[in-house]
Amino acid sequence: MKHVYTWTGILLVTLASVVGDVLIARAMKQVGDVHHLWRSAGVWTVVGRVLKNRLFFLGLFAMAAAFFSLLFALSWGDVSLVVPATSSLSFIGTTFAAKLFLHEKVDHRRWIAALLVASGVALLAG
Amino acid sequence: MTFRKYLVLAGVTIFGACGDSLLSYGMRQTGNVSLHHLGSVVTAVLNPWVALGIVLLLCFFASWMTALSWADLTYALPATSLGYVVLALIARFALHERVSPWRWLGIVLISSGVSLVAGGPALTSHKRHDHTVEPAESDPVSSARSAAS
Repeated sequence: MKHVYTWTGILLVTLASVVGDVLIARAMKQVGDVHHLWRSAGVWTVVGRVLKNRLFFLGLFAMAAAFFSLLFALSWGDVSLVVPATSSLSFIGTTFAAKLFLHEKVDHRRWIAALLVASGVALLAG
Repeated sequence: MTFRKYLVLAGVTIFGACGDSLLSYGMRQTGNVSLHHLGSVVTAVLNPWVALGIVLLLCFFASWMTALSWADLTYALPATSLGYVVLALIARFALHERVSPWRWLGIVLISSGVSLVAGGPALTSHKRHDHTVEPAESDPVSSARSAAS
């Protein structure tokens, strides 16, 4: 039963962090290139555009949800399982989500990179 | 990719890793935080290492958002994952923790993943979601690069 709780926690954390990253990425694409915007209109225009963006706050909310569900998952399962599992699953999940929802062209190089990083993170945090 | 953009990616990596290690160093001094003792959260935040860690993590978030304004998520995520490696090196050489052979293998895997993706194009999704903003890639070098690939 403890197993079920732990893996539910891991999946919740992963889901929330993938959603958060995708929403923030979409929000920042809507805001536009920060370098150009900063140079042409000043830093407060950048800040204003970010704060006016609804997706940014949804993303922030999802990231907060990921953080708090990580705290719960850590109280259900061992750190040495929860941390590597959530961070590598998030890598794979984000790659899928970016392809699906952000229409990024994920070629072989990027897939291999995502898999290498995910397995490396699993080893490092384990 | 311009030098300035690589600088932002380096900022994401360094700020994230240093912020995390400062936070864990400070939290080790203050002890556990629990929901039952909310006062312990205040004590933790007042610890200078924790406070500095939080400032660095705010810098991390700002540079992460900057990077996402001109780079794909599938580019920025692996490109900044060197932070895990920096974190392990800080743990080994500054906090004097032991790094096992498996962890060194993990470092090698992450580094090779980063080198695979970092040289490629940063932006592939040319579909604009908001047409009132100026084009994301207007410096000639990187537009030529993403057009070539």
